[in-house]
Amino acid sequence: MLALQILIDGFAISTLYALGALGFTLIFGVSGVLNLAHGGLLVVSAMAAWYVGTALGANAWVSAGVGIGAGLAVTLVTYGAVVRPVQRSRAIPGAERELFVLTATLLWGVMLQELLDYWFSDTPVAVKPLLSGTVNFLGVRTPINEFLTAAIAWAVMGLLWLLVNRTDIGKRLRATAINPRALTLLGFDLERIYLVAWLIYGLLAGIAGVLIGSFLGSGSSYIAGLTGSAFTIVVLGGLGSVSGTLIAAYVVGYIETLTAYLISPALREVPALLLLIAVMYVRPQGLLGKR
Amino acid sequence: MSKPNIKRGAGIALAAILAASVSTVAVQAAQKPIVIGVTAEMATIPGKAIANGATLAVQQINAAGGINGRPIKLIIEDNHVSTTDAIRSFQRMTRQDHAVAILGAFTSEVALALEPWSARLHEPFLITGAASNKLAEYVHADYAQRKYIFHAYLPAAYLAQAVCDSTKDLLVPMHMTTAVVLSEDAAWTKPLDAGYDKCLPKVGVKVLDNIRFDPNTTDFTPIYQKIEAMHPAMIMAGWAHVGVQPTVQWAEQKVPVALVGINAQAGSSLFWKATNGATEGVLTGNTSAPGVAITPKTIPFTNAYSKEFGSEPAYSAYSTYDAMYALADAIKREKSTKPNAIVAGLEKTDMVGTQGRLEFQGKAAKFTHALRYGPGYITGVAIQWQNGVQKCVWPLKLANAKVVFPSFVTATK
Repeated sequence: MLALQILIDGFAISTLYALGALGFTLIFGVSGVLNLAHGGLLVVSAMAAWYVGTALGANAWVSAGVGIGAGLAVTLVTYGAVVRPVQRSRAIPGAERELFVLTATLLWGVMLQELLDYWFSDTPVAVKPLLSGTVNFLGVRTPINEFLTAAIAWAVMGLLWLLVNRTDIGKRLRATAINPRALTLLGFDLERIYLVAWLIYGLLAGIAGVLIGSFLGSGSSYIAGLTGSAFTIVVLGGLGSVSGTLIAAYVVGYIETLTAYLISPALREVPALLLLIAVMYVRPQGLLGKR
Repeated sequence: MSKPNIKRGAGIALAAILAASVSTVAVQAAQKPIVIGVTAEMATIPGKAIANGATLAVQQINAAGGINGRPIKLIIEDNHVSTTDAIRSFQRMTRQDHAVAILGAFTSEVALALEPWSARLHEPFLITGAASNKLAEYVHADYAQRKYIFHAYLPAAYLAQAVCDSTKDLLVPMHMTTAVVLSEDAAWTKPLDAGYDKCLPKVGVKVLDNIRFDPNTTDFTPIYQKIEAMHPAMIMAGWAHVGVQPTVQWAEQKVPVALVGINAQAGSSLFWKATNGATEGVLTGNTSAPGVAITPKTIPFTNAYSKEFGSEPAYSAYSTYDAMYALADAIKREKSTKPNAIVAGLEKTDMVGTQGRLEFQGKAAKFTHALRYGPGYITGVAIQWQNGVQKCVWPLKLANAKVVFPSFVTATK
């Protein structure tokens, strides 16, 4: 019974981790941006969904839709108002641009946290579950929302796989990740490809934010933790590697769950961090990273 | 006009001018505001309630003519749940703004860090939301130096006792006689847990386990699974910094164990919203509650608070509101804003507040300058969320509802 409980709980957590980190690795792979405001995008989505669902009384699906829209909007603001101006600035030497983008997104994340603190307080909130109630799965009482969350997350990841591997847009995204200069020489508009990548990232962040908010809750104080968790998974899996991120999310999710159940919930994050340090010593490019 | 007459006229005019200017200065001095500071964790439910409670009390005191004719000027500073920010702000309010006293702080860690500064700067400090036993024990250890500190809320030992008292009257008769204590890891819950461990067996409740969790915990499933395996009737909570996640997951996972004890944020209607109503059926101890006539001041206060701020007060709003009145009375009584006079005035406090009768314990008491607890003073209440409304279920003489647990709580059946 305990093993099954660990299996179910670990699967749900890992799937959410994977979805939360996918956008983060995608945008790094395509445009080389390490977005340290990542957690902020997720939390804005969740807070918007909570506000519409609870304060305005909308149903769970409508509020989830609004949350995803808010996630998309704040992601595009991040790109348009924070990342792009730094990337295009002539005052910043080309070699230092990545560092400046990193700093700008870090500060943007702090600003988002302060704004959310001001508007909503730092008290965590729970986004309305899409489905309420529990089911008895092989003797383990589990919220239906946990299964639905995992199913939606996998459906979204499946669609992303199809988009990246089976469409022209996906080909361009992959080509940009490999050799953006060549793509420019072939006459493709790189700015447009980046915008598409940020749009996809925004949708992923919005969906992940709302699902995490309905499963674990959300609030301004979650921002640093969510960014840190995505960062850990992506570094472990290999920066820019989508499949590496998926594997790393499940490794981290199950190690954390095993620790929480078998040792202590207070220590759940420690073993995964130790593993990350070990991987960085032995294989600094991560499990499936190439650079 | 002859010379002597001119001289006499000039003298009278000069005397009139002097008298007029002296009386103007006197009036200005009489009307000079008394500055009072508030330090609060503004981004939290209890912290915001501290600021709101103080604001409401000051509005009412000023509308009634202020303190001996002088209005109160309130300065509210956000300490961001940071001891560094809190100390810096405490020093600034004392030295720069010349605040005659400072109220607030709901986290014990912040309040404990401010206590030495209150003692060093001789700045009266009324702690209105934190609950660690150490806050008042600190005063007891060196009264002469630390007499400026007042714990205008209850030490955790009393909070535990109030929970045990209500458990004895309410839950033990329902054959709920086993509990797992589940507390956040914080300064205030150490004495609370010790209090639970001591008083629960005395009222007939066996403590099966004592689990402390990191306040950053987001997934409570493993903890609830562990608790469920022990088959207790109750989860005896000790939560104030956290509350939303464990409450929501308790409801969503339909954990069949009653959630009781202290879920401090659950005293506010904002918590109901934050949890999307998952608070339904949660039973929590508090010092006061909306719609319950604990004293003649309780209902007018909760009504005025809800009208002014659009939500029901959290526990710290009651204590801060009462503390502000106690402070105003002390200044009025002593006719002085000097630190030692304020201390002397506060030590003479004997007033009816929104939580009960308020009196600070003396120098010899273990909890020096903490509020008195017990019959005739503050005894606390137990409230339960029923259909989205806070109902008072204890003390029985004030109860406006009976305890009803959600259908999934089968441990009570």
